[in-house]
Amino acid sequence: MPMPELTLVKAVNRALDEALSLDDAVVLLGQDIGQDEGVFRVTEGLLKKYGPNRVIDTPLAEAAIIGGAVGMAAYGLKPVPEMQFSGFFYQAYHQVENHVSRMRNRTRGRIGMNMVIRMPYGGGIRAVEHHSESREAIYAHTPGLTMVIPSGPRNARALLLTSILKYPDPVIFFEPKLIYRAFKENVPDEPEFLPIGKAQVVREGTQLTLISYGATMRPTLEAARDLAEDDGVSVEVIDLLSVAPLDTETITASVRKTGRAVVIHEGHRRCGIGSEVVARIVEDALDCLEAPIKRVTGYDIIFPYFSREAPYLINAERVKHAAKEVLEY
Amino acid sequence: MPRKTLTIKSKVESLSILDEKGNVDADLDPKLNTQKSLELYRLMLLARRLDERCINLQRQGRIGTYGPCRGQEAAHCASGILMTPEDWVVYAFREPGTAIFRGWPIEHSMYFWGGFEEGCRPPEGVNDLPMCVPIASQVPHGMGLAWAMKLRGDPHCVLTYLGDGATSEGDFHEAMNFAGVYKLPCIFLVQNNHWAISIPVANQTASQTIAHKAVAYGFNGIQVDGNDPLAVYVATKEAADKARKGGGPTLIEAVTYRMSVHTTADDPTKYRSDDEVKAWEKRDPIARFAKYLKKRRILSEDLEQKIENEIQTEVRAAVERYETYCKSVDPSIVFDYMYADPAPEIVRQREEYRACLVREGVLKA
Repeated sequence: MPMPELTLVKAVNRALDEALSLDDAVVLLGQDIGQDEGVFRVTEGLLKKYGPNRVIDTPLAEAAIIGGAVGMAAYGLKPVPEMQFSGFFYQAYHQVENHVSRMRNRTRGRIGMNMVIRMPYGGGIRAVEHHSESREAIYAHTPGLTMVIPSGPRNARALLLTSILKYPDPVIFFEPKLIYRAFKENVPDEPEFLPIGKAQVVREGTQLTLISYGATMRPTLEAARDLAEDDGVSVEVIDLLSVAPLDTETITASVRKTGRAVVIHEGHRRCGIGSEVVARIVEDALDCLEAPIKRVTGYDIIFPYFSREAPYLINAERVKHAAKEVLEY
Repeated sequence: MPRKTLTIKSKVESLSILDEKGNVDADLDPKLNTQKSLELYRLMLLARRLDERCINLQRQGRIGTYGPCRGQEAAHCASGILMTPEDWVVYAFREPGTAIFRGWPIEHSMYFWGGFEEGCRPPEGVNDLPMCVPIASQVPHGMGLAWAMKLRGDPHCVLTYLGDGATSEGDFHEAMNFAGVYKLPCIFLVQNNHWAISIPVANQTASQTIAHKAVAYGFNGIQVDGNDPLAVYVATKEAADKARKGGGPTLIEAVTYRMSVHTTADDPTKYRSDDEVKAWEKRDPIARFAKYLKKRRILSEDLEQKIENEIQTEVRAAVERYETYCKSVDPSIVFDYMYADPAPEIVRQREEYRACLVREGVLKA
């Protein structure tokens, strides 16, 4: 069967379409997602296909979108609210911290929050301030949440579909907007699911482990390729896919084999996802380490305004530089 | 292009039926039958006796900080009893009478204020969200439940409680706005008890009433005497009937008074006068309702005493159940409801915690 080639944005659209079609409890809500079809066109065609009771244009109020979704989920719907940009999610953060993440625990399992909160995140699109941040660590740090970040069209479609239809707890779903339209992948016609909380080894190797997720998977894979081709290094690459929970087993199994690791992400370094990855390697596989672990990350500064953005973004050269330091230690 | 006064479609009313002396407006009296009248009276008295017991339990260190409802029994009980099992109730945290009416065990208050998550577990078949401490954050939930009802085509409604302080929060306004836009079956019941800890309502809002805040969102508001159970009942019944028929939301401002402390950790003598409290004692909702029921010969001295005795027995039994439960609790169950299917990292941490508790002698191996 031929597999259609889709961009990430189309793949997300496909997953939303399938979720709406497979389960009539699924409801999309957000700002400009209906008539306008989303500011990135993620919800293209969905209002027309499913009508205004399934694809709902809301007034401009993040807390009411998320708080309203709490009520919907309590009633048995499966709301999929969109935050237009992750930078505006803070206006609903109290709802996430105080209710979305806690409802199952507070009610001793009586009321779960089957909800997927989607939003674009990350830099690189020359956007105005507040539109470029990578704050996945905040949600990874919040008990009760699950933090999923796809890195390409095929896993975006599968992870989103799984999160909506097969995962009973609230998922924060970050979409790497830099690569919304950057490349296409074959996406199978039939619905595809991926386990939440499971990382993937996307390239096998024996001398070095590169660990990343989301938009920085591209420079990471490019670096792995160069290191293999130019320097003959056997590089293993792990795509975390879910940063909370974190798949400790896959990470440590790889590092036990390679003895060397570099963690790559655009989010800030301090208390970032990389800090947690390093801690788990140290806890479970310290005796196998041949070199200190390096982190290639965003710095602990406000994300630069877009005229200073390009040099700030992580590229393959930076990953290779860190990899060589680790390899030559 | 003259300057003129606009005619606003939304309406704001004020309603009082039973005054503090027990006089009733015969035309407005909903004339509840004996059974309903006594059910409401009993519920209000139970809320009060439970409240008093919880304050004692706190003073004795048997529960933690407690937030009483004294003086607000009419505002919450007379509205809560109108909700059917298919309707939903969304609480703030001063509505124990409504919760008991809905089927929560009396001791749920003790669990909650005693520091057990079980106080937030709605019993099977009870369509309520648990008590909510972060002020106003529950208001969008009530709106969302009503939204889901409307999307599902279910002819029910949602009663959401909040206080006067909550009307300053963004969540209140966002939820009111959505409710108006989508014409949702919501009743927002503000228990205006005059004090948000130390801030009097006059410093909370410059609005002449809280009720008319509804006007800006395109629906009706009504201010009722919140210590008048009949007025609360009538306003809520009208709002519920309207909501269930697709008529949209209503904001009810029940003007009442927080007769007691904000919580047991609070000392109100720092910020309000005894005279003010004494003036409100005369407007007590339970005494007023008892007078009225006696005039109607629904309540007698004997029956009053009988109900009092029954309530004392029920509350005592609830305290016993609570304290028996406290002894049996396994501290490691705090991990059990985080996720439907916990990830290995949570399972491992639970084992680590259990091992730690065994090592420290808290749990047996």
